[in-house]
Amino acid sequence: MGGGVPRKEDPNLVTGRANWTDNIKLPGMLHFALLRSPFAHAKVTNLDVSGALEQPGVVAAFTGEDLADEWPGGVVCAATVTDDQKTPFHPPIVTDEVKYMGDVVAVVVATDRYKAQDALEFVEVDYEPLDVVVDMETALEEGAPLVHEDLGTNECFSMPMEVGDVDDAFNRADVVVKEHYIQQRLIPNAIEPRATVALQDPGHDGYVVYTATQVPHLAKIVLSLSTGIPENQIRVVAPDVGGGFGSKLNVYREEILALVLTKKLGVPIKWVEDRSENYQATIHGRGQIQDIELAATNEGRILGMKVKLLDDMGAYLQLLTPVIAPSGAAMYPGVYTFDAFSIEIKGVFTNLTPTDAYRGAGRPEAAYACERIIDALARELDMDPAEVRRKNFYEPFDEPTDTPGGLQYDSMNMQAAMDRVMELADYEGLRREQQQRRENNDPVQLGIGFSAYTEICGLGPSQALAGLGIGGGGWEAANVRMLITGKVEVATGTSPHGQGHETTWSQITADALGVTPDDVVVLHGDTAVVPFGRDTYGSRSLAVGGIAVHLACEKVVDKAKKLAAHMLEAAEDDIEFEGGTFSVAGSPDQNVTIQDVGAAAYMAADVPEGMEPGLNEQMIFDPPNFTFPFGAHICVMEVDTETGKAYVRDYFAVDDCGPVINPTIVDGQLHGGLAQGIAQALYEGAIYDEDGNLMTGSMVDYMIPGAPELPNFTLDRTVTPSPSNPLGVKGVGEAGTIGAPPAVINAIIDALSPYGVKHMDMPALPMRVWNAIQDAQGNGAASGEYDAAFGSREADVRQEGRSEDQ
Amino acid sequence: MRRIQVRVNGTTYEHEVEPRLLLVHYLREVLNLTGTMVGCNTSNCGACTVLMGGESVKSCTVFAVQADGREITTVQGLAENGDWHPMQTAFHENHALQCGYCTPGMIMASISLLEEKPDPSEEEIREALEGNYCRCTGERRGDPGGPRRQLLPLHGLREHNQGCSAGRRTVQLEREAWE
Ligand code: FES
Repeated sequence: MGGGVPRKEDPNLVTGRANWTDNIKLPGMLHFALLRSPFAHAKVTNLDVSGALEQPGVVAAFTGEDLADEWPGGVVCAATVTDDQKTPFHPPIVTDEVKYMGDVVAVVVATDRYKAQDALEFVEVDYEPLDVVVDMETALEEGAPLVHEDLGTNECFSMPMEVGDVDDAFNRADVVVKEHYIQQRLIPNAIEPRATVALQDPGHDGYVVYTATQVPHLAKIVLSLSTGIPENQIRVVAPDVGGGFGSKLNVYREEILALVLTKKLGVPIKWVEDRSENYQATIHGRGQIQDIELAATNEGRILGMKVKLLDDMGAYLQLLTPVIAPSGAAMYPGVYTFDAFSIEIKGVFTNLTPTDAYRGAGRPEAAYACERIIDALARELDMDPAEVRRKNFYEPFDEPTDTPGGLQYDSMNMQAAMDRVMELADYEGLRREQQQRRENNDPVQLGIGFSAYTEICGLGPSQALAGLGIGGGGWEAANVRMLITGKVEVATGTSPHGQGHETTWSQITADALGVTPDDVVVLHGDTAVVPFGRDTYGSRSLAVGGIAVHLACEKVVDKAKKLAAHMLEAAEDDIEFEGGTFSVAGSPDQNVTIQDVGAAAYMAADVPEGMEPGLNEQMIFDPPNFTFPFGAHICVMEVDTETGKAYVRDYFAVDDCGPVINPTIVDGQLHGGLAQGIAQALYEGAIYDEDGNLMTGSMVDYMIPGAPELPNFTLDRTVTPSPSNPLGVKGVGEAGTIGAPPAVINAIIDALSPYGVKHMDMPALPMRVWNAIQDAQGNGAASGEYDAAFGSREADVRQEGRSEDQ
Repeated sequence: MRRIQVRVNGTTYEHEVEPRLLLVHYLREVLNLTGTMVGCNTSNCGACTVLMGGESVKSCTVFAVQADGREITTVQGLAENGDWHPMQTAFHENHALQCGYCTPGMIMASISLLEEKPDPSEEEIREALEGNYCRCTGERRGDPGGPRRQLLPLHGLREHNQGCSAGRRTVQLEREAWE
């Protein structure tokens, strides 16, 4: 462990031999296409699919009513955050009313995709448009249009939480800062669109569902709950999966439909998403409005924090929609220790695409608000932002420590991370350069932005998850078997889609068993092949699943040791294990290899009395606590005050995810996460108009940054082991999206502070930056006008931003 | 329906196709060459990039009939007798991929860039790969101590400013391999 070995996953991927779901072709397979609503809210007054049935190649067409009996559970939400949470029934195909643009009205099944798509035009449908609600504040007003008439309100839930005496803290404060932040909606954009193939299981009663998912095990249960098909008749396989970022941590209507249609029609059924469907019908991320207040002393000591949060559910609840904001709630205090904290979260229905987990899921929002307001406090007190942070850091600790959010952080040393990042960036030098540019009135100003974050990973201790309202445990399973030929199979319940588990799990196994990584094959993603597990999300795979592998290996070694003692005719206590060889203490030439022991275990011709044959151990690891990686980032921005263009010149990140098993893979996770975090800060955002039309409906209008828009990353790390698991590892998948957005925005505000700019919304597109300068300088109402037209003009501005960047 | 003849990865194929059939679907559905994937349908993401007559094209915006009489190379045609193309090796050795869905397109675009400009600058590499999105790797990569370090002076990069796009690194590595 600890080596950056090249990945085992790569050979198929670089040669075009990967097994994407869309590659699957089966005899007799039919394809379906969905008729999606062009309206955000409308009654379906007339619907007739018979015209489609006459089209060439069309085999079947159904309305929601035709299939309603097939999905008693609808699309399932597995999270209940309050006793009175409102969970509307979510039908895979609507029966009377569409509730967002992209909602589904009918399905057409045909012999190929082109024909299914063509035939949609022959479905007759009439809509009667209803009033639409697209923003959360309006949705909560008296008399607002209701997304779900029967619920009588657009409020999905309201969840307050308080730790300590917040009023007292605010009464004692010398200063109180208040800020208002918007977390725009983001479209996750895994480059592989979703895809599903369902078929009758050859040779068994039941069905196989191949699907591009992060969660084959959850899908197996949820598909059963949706359709009433018994769980033991559903096998789910996640083949090679092309990215997820949370968007494939879900079980969607199309997966239910594929299963239901194969059951009904008796042939394999395939569906592949196109990108515009992906933008409308795969979950969005973020979508929050944050009001935050911080109470502090004149010396910069934080006394308390109050947060009010609105979280946009969209029109329905997907798998985990309501729990995203609550799961980040306790993280608002971040890396700062103080006594009083309160938060109130309201979940709100709107006529928009449902939201759910997107890389970070609740924690980027928390870190952003915390790290923005601590900069606001620094400005208020005229202190260096690094100094205010340091004043409030925890003293370094390596045992669980209580936090204002009511959690127990596992271990932390922010001082070390902060020291390192400031040294790496040459903070003093940067400030000097900044001063010079200011004095010279340089049109391109320099901004230095900090973020010091921690996040909650290793989801998670089952009890704690149940307390949050997430159904199902947080443990993970692994099965490690030494085969009779000395090769090793590791079956894991995690389900990678780019993270390189095959490589990392092989390293863990090789290390524990004294074999080479090449001796190990890692099996994953097929519910019929691997032990029942809990899949991949929430930076949990290594800290929970990898640990299960490690512990299962230990069980294998324990058993092998007993057998080795028997084979060497020595006492078990005298057996030493090193580099794959068991030997008798003091006489190293009396030894057997683990491969010999494995073979003997399967032959079972001579095993100790009572020992089961075989060398095949299973472990289910339920962690005692979450893990809390942390880090300190410095973003260096150049902001052109004449054009408003803000560009990341350098990005320094010092992250601490505990001991690192494969540094190359960890760096890769950070790079990708940072890019997505910078993307939120500078470029991306799903824009709707007031009628609920998605204006950024394809990659043409939604600005995903490419190579020209992204900076160079300078990474380093500190290593603070976690006491939550025997390897001390913490998780790193989401660190970048959590750390980056506040560092970027803080840097822009820092660059523009001589102009009086104190606030910047995301994404900080050139127009927005330019307007902020004009506003702060008292140059007219430019930005008011701009913000009023945000919806309709943002897309143009995006294009402008893109062309400037080229 | 129109009859077309296309040479793909060294094999000549003849088919009757609908005029509207996209080249990427011809490759995937008709020829079963599933190494080339669709990511966006709008010619933005570049996952479907192949070489047509040696130049990179996005096969989701080319009709199969436009490939009539042309020579196409996909990622599946790069390895020779089981030996990877240097660009494939470079992607592997430098962790220039994670989920790998964008990778065939990235590799083809990088190869095409080098054919056009054997010694591209950092800016040229960035721009050449602008039409290929990678959501996993962050497009640019810091790489302290990596094999690319020795190549840095080529582009006058500062020591601390070592990052680059996945493609940029691999382009450089490939050049090294050829030299
Ligand atoms: S490796 Fe996943 S999109 Fe590039």
